Amino acid sequence: MQIKPVLSALRRHKAGTLLIALQIALTLAIVCNALFIIQQRVSHLSRPTGLVESDLIAVQMRWVGSKTDFIPLIKTDLATLRSAPGIEDAYATNSFPLRNGGWSMGVRTNPDAKKSITQSTIYFTDEHALATMGVRLVEGKNFDAGDIHSLDPKTSIAMPKVIITQALAKKVFPEGSALGKTIYITQEGKPSTVIGIVEKLQVPWVGNWAAGFDDNSIMIPAIMNSDFLIYLVRTKPGQQDAVMKTVVAKLQAVNRMRVIPEKTGLRSFAEVRRNAYDSDRGMAIMMSIVCVVLLAITAAGIVGLTSFWVGQRRRQIGVRRALGATKNDILSYFLTENLLIGGAGVIVGVGLAIGMNMWMMAQFEMARLSVLYVFVGVVVLLLLGQGAVLAPAMRAARVPPVEATRSV
Amino acid sequence: MFSYYLDLAWRSLRRNKVLTALMVVAIALGIGTCMTTLTVLHVLSGDPLPGKSAQLFYPQIDPQDLNGYRQDGDPPAQVTWIDGMNLLHAKRADRQALMTGGSVPLQPEKAGLEPFYTDSRYTTADFFPMFDVPFIYGRPWRGEDDDAKSRVVVITRTLNDKLFDGADSTGRTLRVNGSDMRVVGVADNWRPSPHFYDLNTGNYSETEDVFVPLTTARELRMSRNGSMDCWGEGGSEETLETAQCVWTQLWVQLDSPAKAAAYKEYLVHYSQEQKALGRFQRPANVRLYDLMGWMDFNKVVPSDVRLQTWLAFGFLLVCLVNTVGLMLAKFLRRAGEVGVRRALGASRRDVFMQLLTEAGMVGLAGGILGLLLAVLGLWLVRRQPADYASLAHLDASMLLMTFLLAIGASVLAGLLPAWRACQVAPALQLKTQ
Repeated sequence: MQIKPVLSALRRHKAGTLLIALQIALTLAIVCNALFIIQQRVSHLSRPTGLVESDLIAVQMRWVGSKTDFIPLIKTDLATLRSAPGIEDAYATNSFPLRNGGWSMGVRTNPDAKKSITQSTIYFTDEHALATMGVRLVEGKNFDAGDIHSLDPKTSIAMPKVIITQALAKKVFPEGSALGKTIYITQEGKPSTVIGIVEKLQVPWVGNWAAGFDDNSIMIPAIMNSDFLIYLVRTKPGQQDAVMKTVVAKLQAVNRMRVIPEKTGLRSFAEVRRNAYDSDRGMAIMMSIVCVVLLAITAAGIVGLTSFWVGQRRRQIGVRRALGATKNDILSYFLTENLLIGGAGVIVGVGLAIGMNMWMMAQFEMARLSVLYVFVGVVVLLLLGQGAVLAPAMRAARVPPVEATRSV
Repeated sequence: MFSYYLDLAWRSLRRNKVLTALMVVAIALGIGTCMTTLTVLHVLSGDPLPGKSAQLFYPQIDPQDLNGYRQDGDPPAQVTWIDGMNLLHAKRADRQALMTGGSVPLQPEKAGLEPFYTDSRYTTADFFPMFDVPFIYGRPWRGEDDDAKSRVVVITRTLNDKLFDGADSTGRTLRVNGSDMRVVGVADNWRPSPHFYDLNTGNYSETEDVFVPLTTARELRMSRNGSMDCWGEGGSEETLETAQCVWTQLWVQLDSPAKAAAYKEYLVHYSQEQKALGRFQRPANVRLYDLMGWMDFNKVVPSDVRLQTWLAFGFLLVCLVNTVGLMLAKFLRRAGEVGVRRALGASRRDVFMQLLTEAGMVGLAGGILGLLLAVLGLWLVRRQPADYASLAHLDASMLLMTFLLAIGASVLAGLLPAWRACQVAPALQLKTQ
C-alpha cells in the first residue's frame, strides 16, 4: 500500500484529520490515566488483612447505665458467645483491621529515646484472638490465660508480654529475630517482651496516612475496662448467617444495658471490607464507565467522519475501481488512512498522557504512570480506530466502478 | 429570520437522524458528567453560613513547649482549656464560643424506645446566636448557665420528633449520660456544610442532636470525640482542664475588619503575656482565619472530588472535539445547499448564523438530555456512603449553568464547521453539481 496518495488526500481534509487525531490523543491521555487509577484503587482494595475473612463477624457495642466496672460483664459475654452453638471462638477488642478507627503508638527499643522508630497500632486481645482472627503465628507462642490483664483506662497499656507482626519485627529489629527482645510502647519506660510473631495483621486504617505502617500491629494481652468494645466472633464453617441472626438477641438476653447501633453494630467481615473500601470501589467503577463511554464516543466520531469522507469520494472511488483497483485496495486505503491519523493521534496522546499524569502527581497523591498502561492504551486506540473505520471502508469497497461515469 | 433558521435547522437535523443523535448524545454525556461533578464540587466548597461567614473567625495561638519548634510552623489547630476559657471570658470579640464534640447515651422515657447513643456538642451560650441556629421551641441557654454548670440541654428537631413526637418539649426532662437534664430549646433542622465548626468529627458530618453546656459536660464527664494533641507532660481525660493538650475549638464573631485586626493584635498580646508568665515558651505565633479561609487551609473538599471534576472536563473536551468533527462533516456535506443559498443572495453572515442556530439547537437538546443524565448521576452519588453524599442536589444556579454550558459549548463547537461551510464559493459549487 502506498502511503503517499493517502497523505496527499489527507492534506485536502486538514480540519477533519486534525480533529480525529486530537480526539484520539485526548482519549488516549484520559484512558491511560483512568486505567492506571483503576489499577491503583483495585490493588489497594484487594490488599489482604492477614485474617481469614470468611465466617467472621464483628459486633460493636457500648454499655449504658451507671456501672463503671465492665470487666465482669465482658467476661460473661465472652463465656456466653464461646459456648453458643455455631460459634467457634470469640474475643473482645478495641479495634480490628479495616475498621477505620483505632489506636496508634510509637515503638522504641530505647526507653530514653525521644523519637520512636516507627508507628504501630495497638490491638487488645486475649489467648483466643489468634484462633478467632485466623492469623498465623510464625514464631514464638500464643498468650495463655494467665497473661491476660484487666486494664483500667487510666493506667499504662504497656504489658510484660506482646505479640507483634513480622513487618513490625523487621522494622524494629532489622537484624536477627525479634523474639524475646524488648520494646517500649509508652512514655513511662515499662518494657514489653515479644513472645510471638504473626505473619500479617493489617492496621485498622485504609487511608493514605497509615501507608507508612500498614502492617505494624502489636497485640496486647488485655481486656480494657471501657464502655465501648468490639467482639470478633468466628463461626463454625457455613454458619455465619445463622449466627448473625441470633447473636444480638443472645447478648441482649445476657444483659440489656447496652447499645448495639443498627448500622455498624453487627457486620460480617465481608461487609466490613466493603464499607472500608467504598470510595476506592466507587472511583474505580466511575473510571471504568468513563473509559468505556469515551472509547465509544471516539469510535462513533471516527465512524461518522469516515462515512462522510466515503460519501464525498464516491466518484473518485468509482474512478479508481474502473482503472483496476480491487475491492481490497479500496478497503486497505481507508484502513491505512485511519492508521496514519491514529498513529499521529497516539504520538501526541502519549505526550498528553504523561503530562496529565505529572500534573496529577503534583496536584493529587498519585504515583508515576507505568509504561504498560500507555502501551495498552495505544494498542486499544489503534485497534478501536481500525474497528470503527471497517464499516464505512467496506461500504466504500462496495462502490461499483460504474459510479465513475455517473454525475452526482 | 431567526424562526426561519430554526425551521431550517429542524429540517436539517431531521434529515440525518443518526448523525444528529450522535452529536446530541456526545454533548449530553459531556454535560451530564460535568454537571454531576460540578454540582458535587459546588455543594462541597459552598459557604456553610452565607452572609455570616465573613464575620466568623477561628483564632489559633501556640502554647506548646520548645520541643520540635520551627520558626515557620503553624500553631495547633485547637486550643487548650485554659486558653479557651481565658479568651472566652475576656470577651474581646462581639461573640465567642468554645466547643468540642462527643457522644452521649440517651435513655428515653417514651415506651418502646431502647437507650441509644447520639452525637453531642459541648459548647457555650454564644454558639447559637453566633451561628444563627434557628429555634422552633424555647431558646438557647444563657451565659449564666455556663457559669453555673446548669443541667440544661438543647436538642434538634429530629431528636425532638423521635423522643417527644414533635411536641414542644421545653421544660421536659431528658436523661443524658445518666443525668437528668432540662430541655431549654429545640433547634430547627440546621446542617451547615461543611461541618465547619469542628472538622475533627468529619468534614461533612451531620449536625449533632444534643447540645450541652461545655462546663456541665466536663463536670459530668461526658465522653469526648475528636482529636487531642499533647506535648510535655500531656494529660489524660481526667485532667483535661489542666492538661498540656489542645482539644477544644474556639470561634469568635468580629463584625468589622478593624475589629478583626484588633483581635489579632490582642491574640499576640495575650501570647506575650502568657510567655511572660512562663506558661508559653514559644514566640507569639497567632493565626486568625475567617471561616472560608479556615476551610481552604484544611482542604475540606476531598481530593477525589476535585480529580473527578477535572476528569469530567477532560471528558467534555473529548465530546466537544467529537461534535466539532461531526458538525464539520454535516455542514460540508451541505455545501450544495449553501451554494444555492449564497447564489440566491444570502450573505456569508446569514449562512453563518443559520449554521450556528443549528449548532445551538443541538446544544439545547444535548443540554436537556445532559440534565437528565446529571440528575441520574447525582442520584448515584447520593447512594454512595460518603458523608457528603446526601448533600448532592441540583440547585437553580446549577440548572441554569447546565444550559449555558451546553449551548455555549455546542455553539463553540459549531464555529469552525460553520466558518468552513461559509467559505464555499457559490459558483464553483453550483458548477460541479
